[in-house]
Amino acid sequence: MAGNVLVWVVWVVAASTLLSSGLAVVLFTNPFFSALALLVNLGALAVLYLLLEAEFVAAAQVLVYAGAVIVMFLFVIAYLGGRADAPWAGGPTLQAVAAIVAAGAIAAEIVVAVALKAGGSLSHSAKLSQGFGSPSAIGRLFLSNHLLAFEVTSIILLVAAIGGVLLGSSGPEEQRLEAGTR
Amino acid sequence: MLGPSAAAYLIVSVFLFAVGAFGVLIRRSPLIILLALEIMLNAGNLALIAFSRHWGNGDGQIFGLTVMVVAASEAVVGLGLIVAMSRKRVDLDVDRLNTLRG
Repeated sequence: MAGNVLVWVVWVVAASTLLSSGLAVVLFTNPFFSALALLVNLGALAVLYLLLEAEFVAAAQVLVYAGAVIVMFLFVIAYLGGRADAPWAGGPTLQAVAAIVAAGAIAAEIVVAVALKAGGSLSHSAKLSQGFGSPSAIGRLFLSNHLLAFEVTSIILLVAAIGGVLLGSSGPEEQRLEAGTR
Repeated sequence: MLGPSAAAYLIVSVFLFAVGAFGVLIRRSPLIILLALEIMLNAGNLALIAFSRHWGNGDGQIFGLTVMVVAASEAVVGLGLIVAMSRKRVDLDVDRLNTLRG
């Protein structure tokens, strides 16, 4: 089946790009390159979402992350003047070894937990209804079964916007200092 | 389902989560820690979407979209904190930020 082979090829390319760019985010010393590697990471993730027939989520992911979050990160990195930071300079430290062990332990734990709980039932997936993952299906779910989550989401965004403004504005003490220097 | 089954997506998601956790544990710059946190949230999202496709149930995608909103809010607040810290001339190194004094 030619279609299946094509899907496998796309999957392997996307998954390996996803993991290697994730490692690149962690290992690059220049924060600017890390943010750009996260952009590649998000693109590969959107391809996997498309393979999982979550078209709306893939589109929202690219819009929200590539359009807003990464731009914000790059802006802050440029504002702070991205300083290089290399935690592994000068040989492996105790912290680095402990971090590798802890990350490996987390991975092993999740694999064991999922395999014990759902190992046998993961090979046969359910048949999909018409329009699964389309914007209209997502919108219907959001406005019927998950209305509360939808409303809470809007409150979270409002609180985050207010919090961002409050954190970004200078406090009364700083304002006095700035007025004094002027 | 064309291509790999849900188990393959879950394995990718586990490794991505471990990479993100490694980044959070090893890096000292709070900016990179925020980026690694985004990777961990995305790994959880990938598992949610994979299960959603596996069971043919759209609820997982709703959950994934909500996680995305939370991730965006977290990035806003985290970056705001980092900018506020740098304006107070605090050294941006999480190993030294061990007190809550301003």
